[in-house]
Amino acid sequence: MSNLLITPPPSRWARFWASPLGDSLRGNPVALVALLVFSVIVVLALLAPVIAPFDPYDPTQIDIMNSDLPPFWIPGAEPQFVLGSDDQGRDMWSAILYGTRLSLMIGLAAVALQATLGIAIGLAAGYLGGRVDSLLMRLADIQLSFSTLMLAIVVLAVTHAMWGAAVFDRYAVVAVIAVIGLAEWPQYARTLRATVLAERQKEYVDSARVLGFGPLRIMLRHILPNAMSPIFVISTVQVGNAIIAEASLSFLGLGLPASQPSLGALIASGFDYIFAGSWWITALPGGVLVVLVLVINLLGDWLRDALNPRLYKV
Amino acid sequence: MSLLSVRDLTVKFAMRSQTVTALHQISFDLARGERLGIVGESGAGKSITGFALMKLLSAPGYIDSGTIQFDGTDITQAPEAQMRQIRGNRIAMVFQDPMVTLNPVLTIGQQMVETLRAHRKLSRRDAQEIALTKLREVQIAAPELRLKQYPHELSGGMRQRIIIAMALLLDPDLIIADEPTTALDVTIQADIMELLLKLCQANKVGLILITHDLGVVSQLTERTLVMYAGRIVEAGKTREIINDPQHPYTQGLINALPQQTLPGQMLKQIPGAMPVLTDIPPGCPFSPRCAFALAECRRLLPQIMQQGSSEVACHEVNRLHSDLLLEEGR
Repeated sequence: MSNLLITPPPSRWARFWASPLGDSLRGNPVALVALLVFSVIVVLALLAPVIAPFDPYDPTQIDIMNSDLPPFWIPGAEPQFVLGSDDQGRDMWSAILYGTRLSLMIGLAAVALQATLGIAIGLAAGYLGGRVDSLLMRLADIQLSFSTLMLAIVVLAVTHAMWGAAVFDRYAVVAVIAVIGLAEWPQYARTLRATVLAERQKEYVDSARVLGFGPLRIMLRHILPNAMSPIFVISTVQVGNAIIAEASLSFLGLGLPASQPSLGALIASGFDYIFAGSWWITALPGGVLVVLVLVINLLGDWLRDALNPRLYKV
Repeated sequence: MSLLSVRDLTVKFAMRSQTVTALHQISFDLARGERLGIVGESGAGKSITGFALMKLLSAPGYIDSGTIQFDGTDITQAPEAQMRQIRGNRIAMVFQDPMVTLNPVLTIGQQMVETLRAHRKLSRRDAQEIALTKLREVQIAAPELRLKQYPHELSGGMRQRIIIAMALLLDPDLIIADEPTTALDVTIQADIMELLLKLCQANKVGLILITHDLGVVSQLTERTLVMYAGRIVEAGKTREIINDPQHPYTQGLINALPQQTLPGQMLKQIPGAMPVLTDIPPGCPFSPRCAFALAECRRLLPQIMQQGSSEVACHEVNRLHSDLLLEEGR
């Protein structure tokens, strides 16, 4: 039997575009625009070192004489500083690019940590059941009864005091990722446990057991791929939440130091100058943060609808 | 020596308030390459027998007592690691509904290769080759194409063929088929059954066919067990059981077949329903539905005894046979 098809196999993107997921994206202009905006933000953030005119991490490029310059549409702006500069003379455009990159990185890393923990715990609880399940789910309940922010404030404040500001600033990124990651695993664990409980009843799991597969292989290779769609949905929403959480912590002075500005730290650094007239130091990164989180949530909404088999639209 | 020898297998379920017995001291043997049918209504304990043989009863079910000797190993005592070597490799299982027994997110090829590589040291290419051979054996159209397809792209009959191919992948000694054609269309049922029979004969594989369809049992199996409420009520050669059923329950099952009824007539069903496990009547569990029930049937549990060519657990049959012997003796 020879293969008579000579047409080259379609590219990955073409296949996605033709798939039901791509189809639902085509029919949803809001999601399409959100995806576009999100892609632009991500590309700009990733390319920050290439396109940013200044390096906000390099103190030698900062001149205090350039401080508090307004963005280009306000009289008194310098052409070098398109979006103005902050109170220390940092270029806002560069700082926002780097800050977005940092915020996105922290959001993704924190969600990766949450997902790893939550998936492992949720799978174990759902598949093993019994006492393991009760123990893990009670831990999740306890974890959920602390608000993320409260837990983060306590942990970060204590580590801040323990290590001292100098050491803390060096490990601030890791600490923030760890705290946000650890605080929100129950979201994943609970959802995954519920899905696993439903999947475990299905006969393909019995048939995997009958074929002599061990529990780890059944959990990871057979059940987990079938439980992925809620994980995708939670992940998008959680990236938005993690970015907000990081921004809140930085705003409160417990996240990233002013020398490594994330969006939250930028908002905080400009907050003191709002009434002095330099509103752009807070408003511009604030706007970027709002848009970023908004498009992520819109994408999450779309994904939830698109991946839910009960909401099939004809 | 027989391949499988089950002795006094008792399976219980520990419920919250009480422990119910789902299988009562089941005993049977299966020779290498022999085909055995297990028949009975829903809830008779047929599927539980199948799962117990694999040691895959899920909680709250457990094997309470008895032994299952499989090729010299007592399955009831075997540790989990050893059981994993037996499952799939030595004993394979085919389930009822082919629409749900294949993993929906893996291709047929991935599932077959994974199964082979979990039990044998094989390269991916060799495993694929074996998978292809087995797919050809089950006479599926375009086997190369099937390897790349996902289960949802295939019809029910094709999927059941693939499941049978997967059961044969590791050349097992025994296949337990739990109602393998119930979910399929009648025309495909016959094809699948014929295929199963041919493959078992060709590969000298033992078969335990769990079904409620006596017609299927009569075509495929050499011996039959009839189960009722967790007990074996009749056991013997399939031909004897079909042609000359002894136990009133077996007779009822055969009379209930649509073929036994003329067009336009009511089907001859057995009155009543199988008792629930928590509420088994005293004496013979079938007595409330039995047309021949004697007073002692409601008091005393009949023991399974050799009667002619079959083993039967029934007071009435025992009485008839002893009368017959008396007459002959006179």
